[in-house]
Amino acid sequence: MSETLNYWLVIVGILFVLLNIAAFLIWVERRMLALWQDRLGPNRAGPFGLLIILADTLKLFFKEDWIPPFADRHVFVIAPAVIVISVLLSFAIIPFAPAIQIVDLNIGLLFFLGMSSLGVYSIVLGGWASNNKYSLLGALRGASQMISYEVFMGLSLMGVVMLSGSFSLRTIVEAQKDYWFVLLQPVGFVIFFIAGIAETHRLPFDIPEAESELVAGFHSEYSGMKFGMFFIGEYLGITLISSITVALFFGGWLGPAFLPPLAWFAIKTAGFILFFILLRASLPRPRYDQLMEYGWKILLPLTLLNLLVTGGIILFLNQP
Amino acid sequence: MNVFFYIAAAVAIISTLMVITRKHPVHALLYLIVSFMAVAIIFFQLGAPFVAALEIVLYAGAIVVLFIFVVMMLNLGRETSLQEKTWLNLATWLLPGVLGAILLIELIYLISTQPNETLTIAEIEPKAVALSLFGPYVIGVELSAMLLMAGVIGAAHIGRRTIKHYHRFLQEETK
Repeated sequence: MSETLNYWLVIVGILFVLLNIAAFLIWVERRMLALWQDRLGPNRAGPFGLLIILADTLKLFFKEDWIPPFADRHVFVIAPAVIVISVLLSFAIIPFAPAIQIVDLNIGLLFFLGMSSLGVYSIVLGGWASNNKYSLLGALRGASQMISYEVFMGLSLMGVVMLSGSFSLRTIVEAQKDYWFVLLQPVGFVIFFIAGIAETHRLPFDIPEAESELVAGFHSEYSGMKFGMFFIGEYLGITLISSITVALFFGGWLGPAFLPPLAWFAIKTAGFILFFILLRASLPRPRYDQLMEYGWKILLPLTLLNLLVTGGIILFLNQP
Repeated sequence: MNVFFYIAAAVAIISTLMVITRKHPVHALLYLIVSFMAVAIIFFQLGAPFVAALEIVLYAGAIVVLFIFVVMMLNLGRETSLQEKTWLNLATWLLPGVLGAILLIELIYLISTQPNETLTIAEIEPKAVALSLFGPYVIGVELSAMLLMAGVIGAAHIGRRTIKHYHRFLQEETK
């Protein structure tokens, strides 16, 4: 009985913490952007401007929730939910600490890839259902960007799978006891992180939104909490990619013993989230065709080469 | 386990029926995604988690996205729905439907007369799938690799032929 209770506590606890992190990131992102761009950022409401989270959430909740009359109503309503659901489901396989993991699937990584590929529908359907040319353009860009980058997102992880011999994230973390996989798979890590930025369509790869050319891209017609869902989905996506990177390449919960495992995981993840924000503060957005060429002509061959070399070295070292 | 199987199977059948009967292609494709996910759950319960994951990653996550991608650009509106409506009238589907129903009844009868064997489900790990793919079935993997290579080259060739420059900047870049 207590085991079941423990299980539920973990699930509810992870959900609670994640949703709060997503809300907290509203403030973190604005403050950090301001810091890096030499501005003040939100600093009026509450200590350090922290109450802007509350103000922003209230604003989102009380805005008029408008469905345009020319939109496809049902699909329009479903679309924002898809991204939040798919990202939250992906968190089920992440080992936050030895005892804190919802399920240890032996296809863990594939589950993550599957869920992130289902997340594409949010953009595609949202943009299509809005029945607006800017939204449609955003959706087209989003779909092609995410499908292209998904290909080598999966392939770049296969080096880690070869080294640990498993798709299960727990086994992968435990295989990094001696050294982190980022040392053995630096190319895989860089490519996965770039693909991760493209998957979460964050700056510099926020071409589906591209506010300077497409109004707001696929979510131009969304308002109120439906827009808020896209917003939360994006922040959850950042957290997801950061924690997957930590689990796969940076030893997950492993670290010197003076801090508990969960703290190590949280610190490393927070570092990557800040890196996401730093990228937004510093890099310009590439043109659409540059993005696609970069993906298919540079990253894909590099990923295949990385795979080939990793496999060759493993075979060479394991030969009798 | 059985209950979950029947729920997933019912979802798969209902959503597949909806795929056929929807007038709007995008709605039909959405039901198709649900159908794929239900089939993935059935695979998962039958002890094939790897196939279940591939079903989601490849079918639901990549192939149907491409379908929707194309349908999105066709700008299908009210006229297409009306056209669909005229195509799917009673006279069109009645005879195939009745014939199909006869076969279904026969199938159910045949299954129900079979000796009732209890199915033992052994979970097959991804590693086992990989070992058999690159062991006894390696020729199939190689053949499909060749086929895909031909497809990629063909697509690249078709894509090359239609380069037209509508903008002088792009023209300068490719010179």
